[in-house]
Amino acid sequence: MDDATRLEFRHVDKLFPARNRRITPVVAVRDVSLKVARGEVVSLIGPSGCGKSTLLNLAAGLDRPNAGMVLVDNKPVTGPNFHVAFMLQNDLLLPWRTILENVNFGQEIQHTKRDVRTRRSNELLARYHLAEFAHHYPHQLSGGMRQRAALARTIVMDPDVLLLDEPFSALDAQTKMILQNDLARVLAEERKTALFITHDISEGIALSDRVLVMSRRPGTIIREIIVDMPDRDHPFRRRSNPRMNAYVVEILNLLGLTHGDGKDMPEVPLEEIGGAQ
Amino acid sequence: MTSFHEFSDRVMRSITDLATLSRSRELWLSIAFLIAILAAWEWLPATFGIPAFILPPISDIAHEFVRLYARENLWLHTGVTFAETIVGFIFGSLLGMITGYVLGRSRTAEIILSPYILMLQIAPKVAFAPLFIIWFGYNAFPKILVAILIVFFPIAINVLKAMHAVDPALVNLARTFSATRAQIFWKIEFPASMPALFAGLRIGSTLAVIGIVVGEFIGGNRGLGYLLIVGEGQGRTSMVFVSIVLLTLIGLIAYLCVLGLERYVLHYMPERSHANI
Repeated sequence: MDDATRLEFRHVDKLFPARNRRITPVVAVRDVSLKVARGEVVSLIGPSGCGKSTLLNLAAGLDRPNAGMVLVDNKPVTGPNFHVAFMLQNDLLLPWRTILENVNFGQEIQHTKRDVRTRRSNELLARYHLAEFAHHYPHQLSGGMRQRAALARTIVMDPDVLLLDEPFSALDAQTKMILQNDLARVLAEERKTALFITHDISEGIALSDRVLVMSRRPGTIIREIIVDMPDRDHPFRRRSNPRMNAYVVEILNLLGLTHGDGKDMPEVPLEEIGGAQ
Repeated sequence: MTSFHEFSDRVMRSITDLATLSRSRELWLSIAFLIAILAAWEWLPATFGIPAFILPPISDIAHEFVRLYARENLWLHTGVTFAETIVGFIFGSLLGMITGYVLGRSRTAEIILSPYILMLQIAPKVAFAPLFIIWFGYNAFPKILVAILIVFFPIAINVLKAMHAVDPALVNLARTFSATRAQIFWKIEFPASMPALFAGLRIGSTLAVIGIVVGEFIGGNRGLGYLLIVGEGQGRTSMVFVSIVLLTLIGLIAYLCVLGLERYVLHYMPERSHANI
């Protein structure tokens, strides 16, 4: 593995045991190998239930693979690690904390000194246009503002690798586009490495250097698409790029979503899953 | 209990509303209603030939109050019951909280202990009062113990349920910041359980006085429960009524204290969404 690789999956399998012992376990992901280089943004796109979120939990160290390895900075992931941060569809702001206290949350756990963490959090809140809401409670903010606060809470920890699990899917279309732009700018400015999970195809293309397309369960990567467009830090511009549409169509085809092209969708036969254990 | 607490919440709010709009029509209607009831109580029984030892008129009860105050140390009895209620409530709450949090944290402890806790919950707690008097004698101790037993369950059960209901995504969020088990408890689980804890405390605050009164019925020569039994023995129905009114006031004070504390602790909750479990 080269030095530039930040996050790597090597032949990762993840099974979930069935409730009933006689039923074979569910294979969530199968033989997934991928690399994300330093400063790179990679999107995972696939049908729902294809194990995208499972991959993210593995990378975050919240779960262990049944086979294969997950590495961050060439070291196997053995548990949660604050160099890897994640952000979910649900902003997960703690309702009993103000926005400032929520942004402070991770630093508090790390025992960062109070004045240091408050200064850092206030800086970020100002940059994310939330300064005047620092002492508001989450329920007093709109969904978009809450998600920006969640982004601030993630970025303030200065993680090396960001795992983003459909962070904008609960927002309305307009707010979503604005936040995509904000996120793209932050990722580029801070040269963050990110693995971005989405089922929104154009979002994946607009925000990433590469898009990995996954198959239905058991999820495995069926295609890597290199997004050869400028403006990764500016999804608005990318969306108006004439090549945008070609990428969208290519992925739609891969997912078998365009009419008549469903046969392109590779299906892993069930016997093979049974044989995998 | 749900509807009761919703109702009492509404009453509280309307009292506050009435206080602010002291000239409002509703206030006068509410007062008029009270006067009508008291007037009916004063004169209707006599009109229908109901003797005073069955339903003494309000004026008799007021006279009895003055007599008890002047000659029977009414404040001492009220004070004793009040103090026992508060002590029983506080210790019962603490015991319930500790049990709820310990069982919530430890699956093993829950599996081992929950059948016995369920049995204790089903057993009528007031039936323990004679037993405690045999053990501890005619003092405050058995009364407080009964109150503790009664207060314990709603609080323990509410806390335990709240611990089970903590969003696992919040716990995972803390884990990604490398939180220790203790940090997860103090920063996520404990604050997340607050609304349910207060729902339990509210129920407990109205129940504590029951435990004390039953204890006083059975043994000792102090407290409102004792006065009540004496009144019954002497055929002084108005004495019974005075005791009932004061016991209600004690319960009300305990309940309002919990409500005030809840408003203070759960100030972050959106208005009107205070938990009513």
